[in-house]
Amino acid sequence: MNDAGVVGREAAADLSSAAALPAAIELRNINKSFGPVHANRDISLRIEKGSIHGIIGENGAGKSTLMSILYGFYQADSGEIFVDGTQQTIRSPDDAIAAGIGMVHQHFMLVDTFTILENVILGAEGGALLADGLDKAREELARLQREYELEVDPDALVGDIPVGIQQRVEILKALLRGAETLILDEPTGVLTPQEADHLFRILASLRDQGKTIVLITHKLREIMAITQNVTVMRQGRVAANVRTADTSTEQLAELMVGRKVLLRVDKKPATPTDVVLNVDGLRVVDGLGVERVKRVGFNVRAGEIVGIAGVAGNGQSELMEALAGIHRPTAGTIQIGDAQLTPTSFVDARDMREKGLGHVPEDRHRMGLVMPFEANESAILGYHYDRAYNGRILMSRHKIVERTAKLMHDYDVRPDNPHLPSANFSGGNQQKLVVAREMEQNPDLLLVGQPTRGVDIGAIEFIHRRLIEMRDAGKAVLLVSVELDEIMSLADRILVMFDGYIVGEVAQADANEGMLGLMMAGVDPAKQQEAVA
Amino acid sequence: MEQFTFFILMLDATARVSVPLILASMAGLFAERSGVVDISLEGKMLGAAFAAASVAWLTGSAWMGLGAGIVASVLLALLHGWASITHNGNQVVSGVAINILVAGLTVVLGISFFRQGGRTPQLAREERFLPLEWPGAQALADVPILGQLYSELLSGHNILVYIAFLIVPLTWWVVYRTRFGLRLRAVGENPEAVDTAGISVAAMRYRAMVLAGVLCGIAGTYLSTAQSAAFIKDMSAGKGFIALAALIFGKWRPKTTLLACLLFGFLEAASARLQGAFNVENASGAMAEFLKGLPFLIDALPFILVVLLLAGFVGTAVAPKASGIPYVKER
Amino acid sequence: MSSATTRDVPRWVSVVLLPIVNLVAAFLVSGLVILAIGENPLRALAILVNGAFGYQEGIGFTLYFTTNFIYTGLAVAIAFHCGLFNIGGEGQATLGGLGVGLVLLWFDFLPFILILPLAIAAAVVFGGFWGFIPGYLQAKRGSHTVITTIMFNFIAATLMVYLLSQVLIKPGQMSPETREFLPHTWLPFMHEMAAWFGLSLARSPWNASFLIALLAGGFMWVFVWYTRWGYEIRTVGANQAAAVYGGISPSRNIILAMAISGAFAGMLGLNEIMGVNHRILLNFSAGYGFVGIAVSLMGRNHPVGIVLAALLFGALFQGGADLAFEMPKITREMVVVIQGLVILFAGALEYLFWPYLAALFRQKEPVAAPAAAE
Repeated sequence: MNDAGVVGREAAADLSSAAALPAAIELRNINKSFGPVHANRDISLRIEKGSIHGIIGENGAGKSTLMSILYGFYQADSGEIFVDGTQQTIRSPDDAIAAGIGMVHQHFMLVDTFTILENVILGAEGGALLADGLDKAREELARLQREYELEVDPDALVGDIPVGIQQRVEILKALLRGAETLILDEPTGVLTPQEADHLFRILASLRDQGKTIVLITHKLREIMAITQNVTVMRQGRVAANVRTADTSTEQLAELMVGRKVLLRVDKKPATPTDVVLNVDGLRVVDGLGVERVKRVGFNVRAGEIVGIAGVAGNGQSELMEALAGIHRPTAGTIQIGDAQLTPTSFVDARDMREKGLGHVPEDRHRMGLVMPFEANESAILGYHYDRAYNGRILMSRHKIVERTAKLMHDYDVRPDNPHLPSANFSGGNQQKLVVAREMEQNPDLLLVGQPTRGVDIGAIEFIHRRLIEMRDAGKAVLLVSVELDEIMSLADRILVMFDGYIVGEVAQADANEGMLGLMMAGVDPAKQQEAVA
Repeated sequence: MEQFTFFILMLDATARVSVPLILASMAGLFAERSGVVDISLEGKMLGAAFAAASVAWLTGSAWMGLGAGIVASVLLALLHGWASITHNGNQVVSGVAINILVAGLTVVLGISFFRQGGRTPQLAREERFLPLEWPGAQALADVPILGQLYSELLSGHNILVYIAFLIVPLTWWVVYRTRFGLRLRAVGENPEAVDTAGISVAAMRYRAMVLAGVLCGIAGTYLSTAQSAAFIKDMSAGKGFIALAALIFGKWRPKTTLLACLLFGFLEAASARLQGAFNVENASGAMAEFLKGLPFLIDALPFILVVLLLAGFVGTAVAPKASGIPYVKER
Repeated sequence: MSSATTRDVPRWVSVVLLPIVNLVAAFLVSGLVILAIGENPLRALAILVNGAFGYQEGIGFTLYFTTNFIYTGLAVAIAFHCGLFNIGGEGQATLGGLGVGLVLLWFDFLPFILILPLAIAAAVVFGGFWGFIPGYLQAKRGSHTVITTIMFNFIAATLMVYLLSQVLIKPGQMSPETREFLPHTWLPFMHEMAAWFGLSLARSPWNASFLIALLAGGFMWVFVWYTRWGYEIRTVGANQAAAVYGGISPSRNIILAMAISGAFAGMLGLNEIMGVNHRILLNFSAGYGFVGIAVSLMGRNHPVGIVLAALLFGALFQGGADLAFEMPKITREMVVVIQGLVILFAGALEYLFWPYLAALFRQKEPVAAPAAAE
C-alpha cells in the first residue's frame, strides 16, 4: 500500500516535469460531494496531447463523477480545469463541447427513431433549417469514415444497428463537433471482443492524427494494451499517475484495490455428489427477438460451485433468468431435482423456488429488492406465500418483521432495522439482505449473479465465505460473474460463455487467466495451440 | 346531383366540426412529441373559449378575443409546464387538475363578470369571426360540381378554419424540416441525448408548451367566437379528448392525425344527420333497434377505435418513448 | 444519492405535514379567487364550514357526498398501488349504477335482504368489468390505462344515453330515466335508521351506503397491507422486474387491481341509484369519479387518509352549495375550482414545498450509514 503510493507520487512528478507542451486537459484539486458521499477528493491529473490516457478504478472509485464534471454534467465543489493551458469553467455539456471535449457515454445518448445522420447533427444542426446541415454532415461523415475506419450508413435507423456501430455514431458525433479530446466511459462493456478490437484500432488512428483520448475502464487488459499513461483512482482519490510502460497489471490491480488482491479464497476441495441441475439444449430468445442463449447444456452437482465466466452480454443474464423462471426459453430442457421443465411446461419464479431454487439476481436494484418497501417487505420477496410469513388467511406482519430482524442479525445487515426502507441501505448491506433471504430458505440450488457488484470489500468477503459454506453443506451453487478473479477463486468448475454458447469447461486447478481470457474472447485455446504448432 | 350536393354539404360540415379537433390535436402533437403528456387540451380550449368570448365582447373585436384566448391558453400551458417540467410532477395529474380547474373557474368568473348563469353575453357580428365569401362564390354556386365545390366547400368559412387547415402542413414542416423540429422529436424520445448535446431539455419542452397553448387558444376561440356567438359552460364538451384520441389514432404524425380528425369530425357530422334521419316506423324488429342505436354507436366510434388501436387490433400506436416521464438528471 | 435528503427527514413530515401544507396552498389560492370576484374569503370559509357542519341536515348532505368520494377515492388508490392511473372512475361508476339499477328494476319481487347482496354484487361486477377491460388491455396488449379509461368514460356515457333514451326509458315520458324503483328496494336513509332506534335526525340523502363505504375502506386496508394479493399488487406497482423475479405476475395483478378499482367506483351506484335517486338517470356520476383522484392524492392512497379527504371534499361540496346560496357572486363551481387546485397542489406540485420542509426538519444525524459511493 505504502509502496504503491510512493510509486504513484513519483510517477506524477515525473509526468509534469517532462511536459513542455500544455496538457490537453489538466485538472487541479477537484472536489465533489453528493450529500455525505465524497465522490472526488483533491483530484489532480494531466492528460497529454495526442495520447491515450487511461483512468482505471473499481466501481464507485469516482471515475464517472470526475468525467461528468469535465463534461459539465456536474460542477465541482472546488478545483480548476485547464484545457490547452487555459483555465475553463465548464457549466454544461455545451461549454465542454465549445472547449473541444467530446464524450462517449456508457449508455449511448442516441435517439433510436432517428437515422444516424439525424443523430449526428442533433445539437449541431448548423442553422434553423435542417436541409443544409444534413448535407454538410453527410460530407463530413464521408470524410471521417475515410480517415478513421468509422464506417456507418448515414441513413440507417439507430434502433436497427448493433451496439458496436452505435458507439461509432457516438464517436462521430463528438468528432463532428470538433472534439480534440474524446472521453470514452467503459466503452467495451457492451462490445464483443471483435468490436472492441475494432474500437481500439479506431482510437489508435485518432491518436495518430493528434486527437487526445481518455479511456475510462476497470479492465486492466485494456489499459495495458492501448494507453500511454494511466491514472488509478481509488475511493474518490487519485491513487497514482503512471506511465503505462513503467507499470504492470499486478501493480495496477494492487493500486486499484489498495491491498494485495485476494485471489484465492481458503476452501477445501469440493466433493460433488448428485446432479441437482441439468440443462440440455437450452435456447433463449430475448424481448427483441435476438437469440441470446444457444444450445446450452451443462450440469451442477450438489457440493460444488460452478462458475460461468464471460464478457458481460454474452448470454449469461438470459441463461440465469431462464433458470430462475423469469424468462421462458424457446427450446431445451431444465432438470432441477426431480422436475423436468421444457418451454411448454415452463413455470414462473415462484414455482422454481418451490422446486428448491434460490436466486441472488445480478441487479439487486432492478430485481433483488423493492426499493420503496420496508426492509422486511423486501425480505419476503418471492417467499410471501411461505407459511412462515402467513396466518390462516392474512399475512403475519409480526412474523415477517421478527424473521427479518433475525436475518439481519445473522447476516450482519446494518443498520439492523427491519422497518427502514430498502433504498436506505448501502449497496453492501442491500446485497447481504438479498443473500440472506435466498440462503435462509436453504435451497438445493443457488443461482448467484454478480454477487459482489458495487459491494464493499468487507461484504465481498462475507458473501464469498457464505457461498463456500453453502457448498460445504452439500448444496449446489451456480455463479455468474464478469469478474474473472471472483470466478477463479470461488468456482470448482468453470464454464465460459461466449456469444450465447458455452465454449469451454475447465476445472479450477487447470484454470489460468490467459486461457480463460482467450475463451471469453471466443478463441478456442486448444485450436490456437494447434495452429501455433 | 342531389347526392353530390349532400356529399358536399357533409364535407362542409365535417370541415367545420373538425377545426377545433385539428388545432387541438396539433397542440397535443407538439406537447407529446416533446415528451409531455397533455390531457389538458380540453381545459386549455375551454379556458381560451371563455377568455376569447369575454374579451371580444368587452373590446368589440374578434381579433382581441383571439389574442385573449391565446394568452389564456398559453398561461394554462405554462402552468402545466411549471408543474410537469420544472417540478417533475405527474403529467397526467397536472392535466386533470387543469381540466377541472378551468371547468370551475370559467363558470365562477363568468357569473361574477356577466351574471348570465355562466354564459358570456351574446356577441355581435363584428365581435365574431364570420364566414369569408370568396370572390365569385355567389356566381359559381350554380355551376355543377366544381362551382359547388368552390362556393360551398372552399368559400364561406371563417378565417380560423383556413388557419386550422394551414396549420397542419406548417406543423409537418416545423417538425420534420427544422432544427426546432429535430430537437423536439429528440427530446420526446431520449431527453438525455438532447441534454448531452448541449441543449436544454426544459427549454425545449417549455417551447412546445407555448406552441400547444397557442394552438389550443385558437381552437377555443373558434368555439366561442366563430362556431357559437358566446361562451357556454363546458362548451368544449370532450373535444379536447377527441383531439387526443385523433392524435393517438394518427400516431403522433401531422398528416395522419389530420386524417383522424377529419374521420372523427365526419362521424360527428354524420351522427348529427342520422339522428332522426331514419324513419324508424317503417323498419321493424331488430332493424329498427339497430337504426335507433346507430347514431349512438357512431358517437362512440372515435373512442372505440382508439381503444382498438391501442390494443393493437387495428395497427399499432407507439407513443414518443419519453412521454410522461419527467426528465431528472441522473449520473 | 438523491434520497439522502428524504432519509434524514422524519416520516410524519412527508406523510402528514406535506399534504396539509399543500392543502393550505390550494385554499390560499382559492381565497385569492374569491377575493378577485369581490367577496370576503374568510366570510366564505365561515359560511362553508357552517354549511357543511353547522346543522344536522348539512352534516347529512356532507356525509352523503363523502360516501361517493370514499368509493371513488378508494378506486383511484388501489390502481395507484399497482402503478396504474385510473381516470375511468366516471365510466365505472356509471356502469356500477346501471348494474344496481337493473337489479332493482328486474328483481324487485325479492325481499330487500336478498336484493341488497345482489345490488352490491351488481355494482361490483358491472363497475369491475368496466375496469377489467382497460386492465386487461394494459396487461396483455400494452394499452395505456390513462388513455383507455378516458375513452371508456365516453363510451359509458354514450351507452347510458342510448339505453336510457331508447331502451330503459319509462314509456310515455320525455326525460331519459327509468321508472322509480319499488320503495322496498331502496337503501334506508340514515334518518330512517335512526328512527328505528328512536333517535331523531334531520332528513338528508345520507343513507346506509355510507356504512358500506366504510366497510369498503376497511376491506381495502386489510387487502393492501395484510394479504398476499395486496403485497403482490404493491410489488408490481413499485417494480415490475422485481415482481417477476419474485414469481409475481404483473399482468395478473394489473388486471386484478383495475377490476377492484372499477368495483370500488361502481359501488358509487349504491349511494346514488339505490340510496338517493331511486331510478337510473343520466350523469349521476356528476364528476365524482374525477374527485376521486383528488381524494386519493390527498389521502396518500391510504384508506384512513381517503376517508378523511373524502370528508373534506364532502364538506366542500355541501358547504359550497350553501355558499352559492348565501353569496350570490359565488357559485357551486367554486368547489370545482378548489378541487382543481387541490389536485394541482397535492398531486402535480406535490413536492413544491418539500425542499423547504425538509430543510426545516432535517435531522442532525442520518438514520442509516451513508451508502458507499456507487
